[in-house]
Order: sequence, then C-alpha cells, then structure tokens
Amino acid sequence: MKWARWRAVLVLPFLFLFGGCVERTAVLNPQGPVARMQYDLIMWSVGFMLFIIVVVFTLFAVFLIRYREKPENAGYEPPDEEGNTLLEVVWTAIPILIVAALAVPTVKATFALEKPPTEKVKPITIHVTAANWKWIFSYPEENIETVNYVHIPAGVPVKFKLTSVGPMNSFWVPELGGQKYAMDGMETELILQADKPGSYMGRSANFSGEKFAHMEFEVVAQTGTDFRKWVNEVKQTAPKLDEKKYTQILKPGLVGRMTFSNTHLQWIDHAKQNSHHADGKPMKNDDQSDEAMTNSHHHGE
Amino acid sequence: MGEAAHRYDETLPLEYRTQESRLNILGFWIFLGAEVALFATLFATYLVLFQRTGSGPTAGELFEVQDVLIETLLLLTSSFTCGLAIFEMRRGRISGLIAWLLVTLLLGAGFITFEIREFIHYVHEGATMQTSAFLSSFFVLVGTHGAHVSVGIGWMILIIIQLLQRGFTPKTARKVFIVSLYWHFLDVVWIFIFTLVYLLGMVI
Amino acid sequence: MKWSEFFVTGEPLIYAADVAIVLTMVGIVFVLTYFKKWKWLWNEWLTTVDHKKIGVMYIICAVLMLFRGGVDALLMRAQLTAPNMKFLDAQHYNEIFTTHGTIMILFMAMPFIIGLMNIVVPLQIGARDVAFPYLNALSFWLFFFGALLFNISFVIGGSPDAGWTAYFPLAGNEFSHGVGNNYYAVALQISGIGTLMTGINFLVTILKMRAPGMTLMRMPMFTWTILITCVLIIFAFPVLTVALALMTFDRVFGTQFFTMANGGMSMLWANLFWIWGHPEVYIVILPSFGIFSEVVSTFAQKRLFGYKAMVGSIVGIAFLSFIVWVHHFFTMGAGPAVNSAFSITTMAIAIPTGVKIFNWLFTIRKGKIRFTTAMLWSLAFIPNFVIGGVTGVMLAMAAADYQYHNSYFLIAHFHYVLIAGTVFACFAGLHYWYPKMFGHILNERLGKWTFWLFMIGFNVCFFPMYFLGLMGMTRRMYTYSAGLGWTPLNVVATVGAVLMGIGFIVLCYNIYYSARYGERDMTGDPWNGRTLEWATASPPVHYNFPVTPVVEDVDAYWVMKKKYGGFHVKEEDLKPIHMPSNSGRPFWMSVAFFVAGFGLVFKWFALAIVGALFIVLGLILRSFEDDDGYHIPVDEIKRMERAARKGA
Ligand code: HEM
Ligand SMILES: [Cu+2]
Ligand SMILES: [Cu+2]
Repeated sequence: MKWARWRAVLVLPFLFLFGGCVERTAVLNPQGPVARMQYDLIMWSVGFMLFIIVVVFTLFAVFLIRYREKPENAGYEPPDEEGNTLLEVVWTAIPILIVAALAVPTVKATFALEKPPTEKVKPITIHVTAANWKWIFSYPEENIETVNYVHIPAGVPVKFKLTSVGPMNSFWVPELGGQKYAMDGMETELILQADKPGSYMGRSANFSGEKFAHMEFEVVAQTGTDFRKWVNEVKQTAPKLDEKKYTQILKPGLVGRMTFSNTHLQWIDHAKQNSHHADGKPMKNDDQSDEAMTNSHHHGE
Repeated sequence: MGEAAHRYDETLPLEYRTQESRLNILGFWIFLGAEVALFATLFATYLVLFQRTGSGPTAGELFEVQDVLIETLLLLTSSFTCGLAIFEMRRGRISGLIAWLLVTLLLGAGFITFEIREFIHYVHEGATMQTSAFLSSFFVLVGTHGAHVSVGIGWMILIIIQLLQRGFTPKTARKVFIVSLYWHFLDVVWIFIFTLVYLLGMVI
Repeated sequence: MKWSEFFVTGEPLIYAADVAIVLTMVGIVFVLTYFKKWKWLWNEWLTTVDHKKIGVMYIICAVLMLFRGGVDALLMRAQLTAPNMKFLDAQHYNEIFTTHGTIMILFMAMPFIIGLMNIVVPLQIGARDVAFPYLNALSFWLFFFGALLFNISFVIGGSPDAGWTAYFPLAGNEFSHGVGNNYYAVALQISGIGTLMTGINFLVTILKMRAPGMTLMRMPMFTWTILITCVLIIFAFPVLTVALALMTFDRVFGTQFFTMANGGMSMLWANLFWIWGHPEVYIVILPSFGIFSEVVSTFAQKRLFGYKAMVGSIVGIAFLSFIVWVHHFFTMGAGPAVNSAFSITTMAIAIPTGVKIFNWLFTIRKGKIRFTTAMLWSLAFIPNFVIGGVTGVMLAMAAADYQYHNSYFLIAHFHYVLIAGTVFACFAGLHYWYPKMFGHILNERLGKWTFWLFMIGFNVCFFPMYFLGLMGMTRRMYTYSAGLGWTPLNVVATVGAVLMGIGFIVLCYNIYYSARYGERDMTGDPWNGRTLEWATASPPVHYNFPVTPVVEDVDAYWVMKKKYGGFHVKEEDLKPIHMPSNSGRPFWMSVAFFVAGFGLVFKWFALAIVGALFIVLGLILRSFEDDDGYHIPVDEIKRMERAARKGA
C-alpha cells in the first residue's frame, strides 16, 4: 500500500526530535521565564495541531483504502450527494473552538511578554545597537559597553532597548525568549530573563546584508555577585571608547569581542535620530564607508 | 465572443448596444476599482508621511492657496462640462458633444498649467521631491493625479478626432462614455486631494 | 558606468551562464532559420490572441522559471549542506535566495496559475475567448518581458540581493548601490501591470461570458476560485504598483519615502509590501484549491461535496486575506493589542480552510477513486498542506511567533503551503489538462515516478527544516558554524532537494517522451470529465465551441453525458463565428516596456524615454484601430469540426 509508505516518510523526521538532542533544539529548551511562557504556548498549540493532523490523516487513509477503484466495485456508481449540513456545521464549529482555545492564551501571552516576568526584582536596562554586522551593548547605569557579547545577571529581568545603525536586524536569543526587531531611528524593547547562570547563543534573525550570517553574540548569565564583579572589573581594566574608535567599529565589516569602560550613548543614541554614521550627520555620497559598501555589493573586484 | 458579440440591443443607449461595448464598460468600471486601490495606497502613504518633514518645510508653510483654488475650480467645472457632453451625446448632437468635450479639455489643460506652475513655485522655494518624505509623498500623490489628467486630455483629443472621422457609432459613443467616466473619477480623486492634502495641510 | 560593471564578471558560474545563454540563443535562431519557422513563430504564437495559446506560452515560461528557481534552490542547498562551505560566497548566496524567492512566486507560481486559467476558464464557461483577447496578449507579453528583465540581471549589472521582500533601508540607495534592486522594482512593475490586466480581463469574462444556464452557483469550482482571485488581484496589485513605484522613485530619483534621513520610513515599505504580499499568496493558492476540486471530483467520480460551503469559504478566505498582513512582522513592536488582533484574524483563516479540507475528504468518501498522476498530486496535497496549515496557525500566534519568526521553521511552513499547495496544484493541473492543451496524454508511469520522487523529496527536504528553525537556524544565512548541531538535518534537507530535482528531470523527460510516443486523445474527454472543457476536441478548435453549450447543472458536461450521451452539435444550428484578429502590437509594445525598463534600471533616461514613446505610440495606434475581427463561415466550421473529431 503506497500511502503507508509515505506516511512513514512523514513520521520519520519526528524521530529526530524524540531521538535526543532536545537541548540542541533551543526553542524547546527554555532557560528563562519568557522562553518558558512561549514554550508552554507552543506545546499547547502542538497538542491541538497533532489532534487535527491525526483526524485528517485518519479520515484520509480510511477513505483512500475503502473507496479506491477495484475490479470488485466496477459496477459501483458513486452517489450524487451535494453535501451534508450537519457535518458541515460540525467541521466549521470545531475549528472555531480550536481557534478560540489558541487565541485566548496567545493574547494573554502577547500582553504578558511586554512586562517583566517578575515584579519582585528591579529590572536592569541594556541598550542594544545593531550595526553592519555586529552587536553593541551599552549599560547606561553601569556605564560600560561591550561588543558581540553581553553579560546579564541571572534571575533579573533585562530590558533590552533595541535600535540599529542602518539595516533592520532582529535580536534573538532562542533559549531565553523570542525576538524583536532593531530598527534605525527607532527604539523597541525586549524583556528577557535567565533562570540560572549559563551561556546562551544569540544572533540576528533579520537579514541585514552581506555578512549577516556572522551576526552572533553570546549572552553570559551570571549570579548577581559575579555580574557585579564583572562590571567592576570592566570599569577598572577596559579602555575608554571615543568617537573615532566608535566610528571605526560601525564601519561595515566584522569585529571580534570588545569591552569599554564607557558608552557611546554619551554622544549619540541611534534610537533618537536617523543615522547612517556615528556622528549622526546626514550621509554624504562620497565618503569612505559608502565606498567600502559599494565594493562589497559588486562582483567584478 | 461569438453570437454574443452581435447581440445588438436597440433599446439601450448607443454606447451600450453591442456586447463588446458592454464588456468594455464593465471592464472599465473594474479598472476604476483598481484605480481606487491605487489612489487609496497613495493617500495612505501621504497621510503616514505628511508630518515627517525632516529639514524641509511643512505643509502649512508651503501650500499656495490661490493656485489650488483655481485648480479646483477648473477641474470641477470641467467635470460639469464633461457631463454636458454626455448629455449632448444622448440627444444625438455630435457638434454639441465635440464642443463640450473641447471645453472640458481646455479646462483640464488649464488645471494642468496651474498645477505645473504651483510645482515650479515650490521647487523654486527649495521644496523638491528629494527634500523630505512629506514632499516626496506630496509630489507623487498629486503628480500621479496630474499625470492621469494629462493622459485624459490626450485620450480625449484622440476621441474627438475619431468622432470627426467616423461620427456616431456604437464604438465612438462607447469611447466617449468611458473617457467621461475616467474624467469624473479624476474629479472625485481631486476632491480628496483638496481636502486631505491642501485643507488638512493648511489647518494642521 | 564602466563596461566591466555592466557585465557581471569574475565568477565561473556567471561565465557558464553567459555561455549557456549565448549558446541557447544561437541554437534557437539556428533551429528557427533552418526549419524556416520564423514566420510560423510570428503568426502562430507571437501575435496570437487565442487564450489557449497564450496559456501554453505562460506555462512554458513557468516551467523554465521553475528550472531557474530550482537551480537557485539547489545551489543554496549545496552551500548549506555542511558548515562553513565555500561553494558560494555571501554575496552570491544573498543574490540567489533573492532571485529564488522572487522568481518562484512571481515568475513561476503566478504564470503557471495564470496559464492554466487562460486555457481552462473560457472552456469551462463555454466561451469562445476571454472578454479582451488583445489585452490578454498584452498581459502575457508584459509578464514575459518583465521576467526577462529580471533574469538578465544575473549577467548584466548584478542581481538584487535584499531578499524577495526587499526591506528598506537595506534595499535603498544607502546600502544597495548596484542596479540589482532597480531590476527588482522595474521588472516586477512591468509584469505586475500585466497581472492586473489579467485580473480585470478574467473578472469580466467570468461575469459576462458564461454559457446560457450557467448561473454563478453552477460555475465549476476552478472558475469560482479564479473569479475570487481576480478580485484579489484587482485590489492587491495596485498596492504593489504603488510600492514599487515609490521604491523606484527612491532608488532612481532620490526621493525619501523609505530612507533613513529626512523623514523617510522604512516600516512603510514593509506594510505596503505585505498588504500586497499576503493576498498574493492567496492569489496563488485559491486557484490551486480550484484545481484540486476539479481533479478530486473527476477521479473520485463524484460530485464535489459541499459546493456552497466551498464557495463561501473561498470568499471568506479572500476577505480575511486583506486583514492579516501584520503577521509578517509581529516582531516589529507594534504593541500587544495590534499583534493580538492580527493573530486572531490570521488564525480565523484556518476555519474556512479547514472546511475546504473536510469537503475534499468527503468528496472522495463513497467515491470510486482512480489513482491517476493528477489525482496523486491532488491527494498528496491534503496531508502535506495540512502540515503547512497547522504550522501556519502556530506562526499566527504572535507570542509564539517571536520564536519562529525568520527561522527555518518559517521556511518550512511556507514551502509546505507553496509547494504542497501551489506546485502540487500546478503539476496536477498540468497532467490533468495536458491532453486539452496538446492532444496527447502525459505518460502515467513517468508521471508517477515524478510524483513519488518529488513528493518524498519535498518532505525529506522541508520537514527537517521545522526542527532547524527550532534549533535557532535563521533564514538567509549563507553559512553556519560546525558546533551548532545543525549539520545532520541540513544534509538530510539537501538530499531531499536533490530528489525533487530528479523528479523535475523526469517530468521534463516525460514531456519529451509523451510528445513522441504519448497516447493521443481522440475523444476530447480522456478522464471522463465533468465540466465543459471536456466537451471540446483535444486540443480544441480555436473557436472552442461550434455552438454555445447550454448548462443545466454544476457538472455541466457530466449532465449532458448522462442525459444526451454527450455534447451534440447539429450542423443546421451552426452560425458564422466571430473571432478577434491577431495583433503584433502587444508584443512590440512589451518590447518597448522592456527597453524603457532597462533604461530606468541603469538610469539611462534617454533610452527610457524612447521606450516610453513607443508605448504611447502603441496606445494611439490601438485607439485608432478599426479592426472588429473576422467571421468564420459555416462551411469552414463544418470542415474544422469534422477534422477535429475524425478520431472519435
Ligand atoms: C524546488 C524546491 C525548493 C527548494 C529546495 C527551496 C529551497 C529554499 C531554501 C533553502 C530557502 C531559504 C533560503 C534562505 O533563507 O537562506 C528558500 C527560500 C524561499 N523559497 Fe524556496 N525552495 C524550493 C521551492 C520553492 C517554491 C516552489 C517557492 C514558491 C512558490 C519557493 C519560495 C521561496 C521563497 C519566497 C523564499 C524566501 C526567499 C527570501 O528569503 O527572500 N521556493 N527556498
Ligand atoms: Cu501572510
Ligand atoms: Cu503563511
């Protein structure tokens, strides 16, 4: 029976999931209350979806086997049925119920995600600036800045204030929670929280040009005391960031991890103005960074 | 097509008599539906952007009341004369039809002249399409309407020539009718431009 | 601009493409000249206004574009098979996924569907042609030259590289300096105008040209879906027209719509794009539903179950499709209230869609199912599309979407709906109506090979992608690093893609094989069909029906066969038939569009103006044209009817 063969093909990949490596499956391995809320919502929906799949696939299989043309039923004439009101009401009503059952928790979660998961702990704020093709993290209260990695205290809600210099990016740390866009001249806010110390991979989920695939960063969650210690260490040992250095960082290209004992917010907040350049001045067509980009956008060279 | 194309119905106005004409007129109505969607999108764009003036002038600082009023007067009158043209067509008077079409066309040309003047004026004040998002959307919205009017003028000229060559036929009558639909439509769009762009711009 | 920038250089892939293009062109010219076919090509094809030939040309282009888009897909899959591959560099990968997406949707799925509707709709409603045959030819040629313009970007000037969504500011002058995105804006504009005209044309055709007795509620389901699709086109495509025009203004004339400075707003582009984009996916899926309905009912040998509910649900889906676009950017931070509202409207689409699924299932219940290739595609659609559909509902849940958005979960979802929906439908329709188009049947054995290879390959390729997405792999990555654990599933996906590729090759071979050895269809009704297209000869004479058929029920031809033993024409009923004349103007006007477009892409304004002048000239000539077509005399009809039916 052919249908059985390809049902098997459909089921096979499920084995990938259950055959291990759940910890690799970041979204299904939530490491904080935000991701967990989304995980619960996902699992809630998966239940209904599997139910729908089972119903449809069963009917499908049964009908295919029973009603295929065979030599025995050569004389069979299918009935001329136009429909069946009762059945049609049933299969309109059930999806409506399912949609309702999904909509209610969805709306709840969508609103809940805009607020810190806990009231008890005061959140910390980190400004995130996406640039071609790196992530810049500024801690306004601690007055330090990091590039391509970020430390956060575990158990504390973190308000990430997202913006971008240039193309739109999306800030995503799947184990800690869903993503949000970072856009030029705008500020969006994403609240995440880690349960316990650990290292979580983050990346840009929105295509932003040539080297977008390399826009990865690490989120290091630490205990409160370790985090404090790290902040102090940075304050004492890290170099200062100045406008010149900052402009250099913003140039299209890849950079490694960096740490500074002050933030660029002192002279520019990209969320407040459209900016192509570090200095926020309107762009000139013939300047250097543009040339660099021209090159990267052509074949030829 | 087929026999249907020859279903000639004497009881209908000339422009509706052949099946082909009926198809064309319905098709044109649907086309106007698409045009509504097009202008709706342009209006939406304008309304999203009209306060985003960047370093350029705002609507209140820029708009020239006088030119706009003259434009409005010209176009509204032309819509009326276009209606008179159809009226003459229904009465079977080709000379009246052509005369009113010519008046319509001249009024339309007047409208375009004033609009171009208005645009040139803005550009001289440094308010170009490239200045700000507001101006980009202003020029594209109003310019699209102006381009439509210009096309309408060219189209009417072609139809007048055909009327002179061929007189009243179901085909020429249908063309006159369709161009009149088009013209009234542009009039309606202008009323929206007048309120949503100029009045709103001068109030806010 | 330097010549070295004009022609894309420096890559073996590109040189190979250059050589292939030149060789193909030389080959075509040679064959046409050698067999003295130029005149034939011009008279029979380039100037035709016959809906059936136009449909065939659409489908040929669609299959070619499926090839091009498929090669792009295989290149992407090759690059992603293993971590840190050096097969394609970042820039190339970016261009390739952009052209893949754009071509597959606009130059493959759309023309395939439009081609089938050109061939089938007039036949199904018992009409001689569409309402505006001349306009129909113009629509086709605009699509053709739009597609051509888009495709030459590969070798001239450089391809677009900002994704098929072309989000700003990335696609603006600030970050895309080449001409690639100009191509995107202009080529899509040209073919989009053609699509809009098709929408108007078929809406009028269906509303006004149905055979006597065919009330709206007696229309075949495919015709119904096309009717609604036309409405979607008419309201959605003008939005694309405006969006692309604004993009062109920004890129070519330096306006500030979507820029980062002077008040520009990149989010406006995303909104405009998806206000068109979401209806667009329904523009390709609704007709697919129509095709499945026809095929399922024919091969279950049973009337379509719940006809009225089917119609109702298409209308419902069409309406909802205009109020869901925000689900493409829940993550933009529009606020929980907005996201919730659009979540709910999106999930609501599942309700009418579910109704349709059950109606198909109950059409086959109590039927007598014949497993032809067309039927296999249609049956496979049901479970596969349900997988795409339920994951679509999951994506619709805003709070959860933050975890799926822009990941391979999304890639898997939309390929499950686009391939299991549209591509399966195109293949089903192709096999089903092939005898109507060409007079012979596609070989069933080879057809089944294609089916199993492609269908299995499809699942092997895309099912793992759901899990890649959950593992954190985002779309549009040209490479990934080794330690992430993504490699095994990527290898599997590539294997699946190769299977699909092999399936496509078998299909191409089948087309060749069947043309030579395929079974001829002498009856005009090889599948025991139910609708009026099967009442004509295969292929139909160019006037379709010698006399207009009279319709008594939904399955018009089925009833005729039951009651009268078929569609019989008495020779004394014949009257002269009026037909539209051919015209070369749609062709050369579209060339003018191409020239103008090319000028615009490169900012060679003189060239653009020359092209525009020819367009205007074409319009003026059309206005003065006084050609009302011609009549086929009764004797001629008799002769042609006998010739067409001599096998029967
Ligand atoms: C023939 C087999 C196909 C394969 C193996 C395939 C593979 C892929 C892959 C791997 C991507 C993701 C690229 C990336 O994000 O890095 C992609 C994107 C895409 N595919 Fe396909 N695809 C196939 C057919 C289709 C079809 C038939 C359609 C539409 C009808 C389609 C529409 C798209 C679109 C719209 C995108 C998004 C492009 C973008 O991100 O801008 N694909 N495809
Ligand atoms: Cu959508
Ligand atoms: Cu979707």
